[in-house]
Amino acid sequence: MAQRKSKIKVLLAQFPLESHNRGIITVAGMLKDAGMEVVLIGNDLPERIIETAIQEDADVVGISTYCGGELALGADLMKSAAEKGIKESTVFLLGGIFPPHNMARLKELGFSATFLAADRAEIVSCIQKAVAEKKSSAQSGAA
Amino acid sequence: MICPGGVVYNLICLSPTVIVVRAKIETKMGLTKKILAGDVSAAARLISGLEDETPDALDEMSHLYPHTGKAYVVGITGSPGAGKSTLTSNLIGHFRTQAMTVGVIAVDPTSAFTGGAILGDRIRMQEHGADKGVFIRSLATRGWVGGLARATLGVIRVMDALGKDIILVETVGSGQIEIDITRAADSTVVVLMPGAGDEIQMMKAGILEAADIFVINKADRGGADALKTNLETMLMMKTQSAGTWQPGIVLTEAIYDRGTVELAAEIFRHREHLTAHGELAKRRKARVKLELMETLESYLKDYIHDIDKGDYLENFVDALSEGKTDPLSATREITSRLAGDLCRRHDDK
Ligand SMILES: Nc1nc2c(ncn2[C@@H]2O[C@H](COP(=O)(O)OP(=O)(O)O)[C@@H](O)[C@H]2O)c(=O)[nH]1
Ligand SMILES: [Mg+2]
Repeated sequence: MAQRKSKIKVLLAQFPLESHNRGIITVAGMLKDAGMEVVLIGNDLPERIIETAIQEDADVVGISTYCGGELALGADLMKSAAEKGIKESTVFLLGGIFPPHNMARLKELGFSATFLAADRAEIVSCIQKAVAEKKSSAQSGAA
Repeated sequence: MICPGGVVYNLICLSPTVIVVRAKIETKMGLTKKILAGDVSAAARLISGLEDETPDALDEMSHLYPHTGKAYVVGITGSPGAGKSTLTSNLIGHFRTQAMTVGVIAVDPTSAFTGGAILGDRIRMQEHGADKGVFIRSLATRGWVGGLARATLGVIRVMDALGKDIILVETVGSGQIEIDITRAADSTVVVLMPGAGDEIQMMKAGILEAADIFVINKADRGGADALKTNLETMLMMKTQSAGTWQPGIVLTEAIYDRGTVELAAEIFRHREHLTAHGELAKRRKARVKLELMETLESYLKDYIHDIDKGDYLENFVDALSEGKTDPLSATREITSRLAGDLCRRHDDK
């Protein structure tokens, strides 16, 4: 089944110990307003976030982070995604507060985009673009 | 970039590298074989196909169907905030201690304005999110009314084929009690809470007839006993014949996981009653009929949309506008042609 899904499904989560959830709730509302289906799970461990993404068949996994540790936990997330075979087919995003110089490293890990702060149109269009690119590469890969 | 107000927005949208994704096209029956072997991601993908009503997914269901019918389905309905998700999570935990595997379908509403949805039930169940014996899937209603998503019956089948013993279905909780769930589930649990004025709503909506089990949640707050008395009175006023099921009323404090064992016991008591009186088979037959009707409808709808290509329909529209025919006569003519098309299409298969 390589057809494009009719709606973009986004899983939004935070790593353990994160307590600041205003950002994730704002983003969830924006994505919903853009016609996406947004699954919220609150705080969870990287490998459990990946397990959830599989059950939900999410196109996008978005992580909100404020309290640090994004490189180590981000690496765990990507390792788990690779082991479970969804790293290449899923768009990974990370947003919140973290040192800007970590962005390059996060990209290397496999995050499609990182946001220090972003306005609505950019997050939405960024997701739309990234999902479309994943889908078209999946299609050509399958053909 | 600098935005009005001097706030600095920093956005780096890295273009995803082009990668070759593992071939996603499944051979016929490929997904079913995987699902029967317990492959969660195959099940999740088939569910997405059902949500989108793709022809591939509907086709796959005919391979999957013979392997279903074993799971017991429990509906959880009631007003928003009554505690459905918290109770569902408690029930998952309890059934797991009984060595049962559990599937959960959690339905939340799609916005009629944007088509988007926030699916938040899972937050309260996430402690079970990585348990191999549990499969949780959030669904948006996508315009389907009645408290469920259109794909619900199909998703129940998929979880059943995946080997889940018990499937819990949490409805939207639109504020009105949703009757659709009683047709999808073997047992329907209606969750009430004190002080919400649910009693009046119930009498209006005919929920007394629809509920198999009542839960009065948030019994840690005042008013639970009064609500129970009211409910008992209303249930007594119903005319009873011998052998009919008497809905139990279970008090729970879901945030403290209190009353969960009693609720599970009541669900099993109901299952035994249904089995002993031949009611389970009757309910399932009604569900199968519903599935047949839904499949028939969506199958025919596809063909109807196919007609709306080229100028075939336009000719009828012109004739209608000129007063040369009427909608019913046009429909009769179109359906005769449709019948011919369908026969040919089936012969080809
Ligand atoms: N006081 C109290 N609050 C509860 C109880 N059960 C659930 N809640 C709270 O009620 C709110 C809604 O619960 P939720 O399970 O999401 O309800 P749903 O909308 O019916 O799924 C949450 O804030 C829960 O923590 C309970 O037994 N007592
Ligand atoms: Mg809920």
